[in-house]
Amino acid sequence: MLYFLEILHSALDEIRSNKMRSGLTMLGVIIGVASVVLMVAIGRGAQKTVTDRIQSMGTNLLIIQPGRPVQTDVRAFFRRFGGGGGGGGSSTSTLTSDDVLALNKQVSGLRALSPEHRRSMQLIVGNQNMQTSVVGVTPSYPPVNNFDVQFGSFITEKHLKGMEKIVVLGQEVVRALFGTQNPIGKDVRIENGIFTVVGIMEEKGQQGFSNLDDIAFIPLTTMLQRVQGTDRLTAINVSVERPEHTEQVKVLITAVLLNEHRIRDTIDQDFNVLNQAEAVETLNEVTKTFTLLLGGIAAISLIVGGIGVMNIMLVSVTERTREIGIRKAIGARKRDILQQFLVESTVLSVLGGMIGILLSFGGVLLINYFAGFQAIIAIGSILLALTFSVGVGILFGILPAYKAAKLNPIDALRYE
Amino acid sequence: MITLHAITKTYLLGSQELHVLKGISLTIHSGEFVAIMGPSGSGKSTLMNIIGLLDTPTTGTYALEGKSVSGLSEKDQAHVRSRRIGFVFQAFNLLQRMNALHQVMQPLLYQGANRQEAQKRAEDSLTAVGLADRMHHLPNELSGGQRQRVAIARALVTHPALMLADEPTGALDSHTGGEIMALLDQLNARGVTIVIVTHEQHIAEHAKRTIHILDGLIHTQ
Ligand SMILES: Nc1ncnc2c1ncn2[C@@H]1O[C@H](COP(=O)(O)OP(=O)(O)OP(=O)(O)O)[C@@H](O)[C@H]1O
Ligand SMILES: [Mg+2]
Repeated sequence: MLYFLEILHSALDEIRSNKMRSGLTMLGVIIGVASVVLMVAIGRGAQKTVTDRIQSMGTNLLIIQPGRPVQTDVRAFFRRFGGGGGGGGSSTSTLTSDDVLALNKQVSGLRALSPEHRRSMQLIVGNQNMQTSVVGVTPSYPPVNNFDVQFGSFITEKHLKGMEKIVVLGQEVVRALFGTQNPIGKDVRIENGIFTVVGIMEEKGQQGFSNLDDIAFIPLTTMLQRVQGTDRLTAINVSVERPEHTEQVKVLITAVLLNEHRIRDTIDQDFNVLNQAEAVETLNEVTKTFTLLLGGIAAISLIVGGIGVMNIMLVSVTERTREIGIRKAIGARKRDILQQFLVESTVLSVLGGMIGILLSFGGVLLINYFAGFQAIIAIGSILLALTFSVGVGILFGILPAYKAAKLNPIDALRYE
Repeated sequence: MITLHAITKTYLLGSQELHVLKGISLTIHSGEFVAIMGPSGSGKSTLMNIIGLLDTPTTGTYALEGKSVSGLSEKDQAHVRSRRIGFVFQAFNLLQRMNALHQVMQPLLYQGANRQEAQKRAEDSLTAVGLADRMHHLPNELSGGQRQRVAIARALVTHPALMLADEPTGALDSHTGGEIMALLDQLNARGVTIVIVTHEQHIAEHAKRTIHILDGLIHTQ
């Protein structure tokens, strides 16, 4: 034990007395470890964000949108959750309240229907104003979309019947227009109309690509008749009674709407029905590719870091070979030499690995703070990066030592 | 103390054999002070390295203190180097970036001494060569003569029975060289066997016996 402490002591001496070489060696390990841990954390975070997002949308969701069926569900998915931007134009929309009635009557297996009309509008309070996504909805919006009020109340049947000018605000909108004041009971100007705030939505936060809190809800009837003067909807969200029937319900809905719209040929179909499960799958594929890409970049930096370590160690071989010759001349055994170099490169590599991990933790904190995005550190990636970098560091640290220790002392001393 | 019999050393350079030592037989007694002289390239350093167990002869037998060292394992050779032999080189061969004190402690640490004891003995050794005030200097912060004195302190800290010095004054001016030789004289007076390689007659005069080597063979002794 005392002997080991002795070796450790002289290894630390050696590391300290050769700052340049030690620093460069550690740098290689640091870069390798930090990049892998960070990249994997970002990839993992992206995946988690998508999954959370999906869950926050509500389960068993079908989304009916006007327009021809798009090629991939993903595009529509992004369009629907495109944050502050407006929905599809009402002038081209083919979905109406009649469609909602027809679906309610003719399709079984539905839990609830949530029709909506979405538009990007200007909201003004005093001298504060902001552009946000204003959505006309019915009281079934919260259960279908898994998004409810935190304070006050959501839009009720009474609001709907009376076409009342009330509004429920997302938290981001509250922050922008009211700061820390309580907005309930206060007035907001939306498109020339004065709306009274009756509720505040729960905080959903920044989720990946858009901010779900940047939104305002008003009664659908008010939106259609008093604000927009139309009967067109920008989407109908449907929650299905049983998840395993989602695909059948989708077929039923398509049939009913084709009939309602008097369309014979599906080529002329003027709406499309998105199955959330499918969208999720496609999106998962996307994030998987993304993670793979990040992993690839990280693997490259790991290898570059490893090559850096290798270079430094090999470049210092001349100097070290002579050193080994001297040490042998003053009584070192082969074992002493190997031990010394092993401890030295282990200390260097492990130290570098630790710094790399700390650095990646710092990076994750920064990302989480500034990108509003939850990067998640994976233990597996830490172990992998650490094993590889430390392995390379140790291997190339003792390889020259091993070769030199095998030489005649005099050959090591003469080495140029 | 040292008995060499028919030692040869041959290097293979490609297909060419280079006979550096061609059959050296030599006895050096305990407590002797021997100088080896000879023209450059005659094989003096090669012989010294073989005596110091840094190199192995191609053929021939070598007994140190009555025991054959020819067939010793690498580990046992290291043990003999560590316990019995001190080496001083023309080029000093100090460890870079290691201060004088640590430099001199190193051989003791390889013997398994603990740090306190090693430090104390290293301090004594450095004081003995007149470097009490330079213990924490790095090699590149010392003059040539001071470096060689560190090397000597490092060689004698283990109390070796045999001190080998290959042109210890070769890189020093004659005054500094004289100081180094005075140190070696002192050591010899204390009973340490000393073998020294030199090109200079006045250095060789410190020895009680001079061996002349010519072209890999002993010319006169
Ligand atoms: N590793 C080696 N490979 C081949 N030849 C060698 C090797 N080492 C030494 N020699 C040769 O052996 C011969 C003797 O070398 P050595 O170093 O013993 O000479 P020396 O007598 O010490 O000379 P100097 O007085 O210049 O130091 C030289 O001709 C040298 O070229
Ligand atoms: Mg020589």
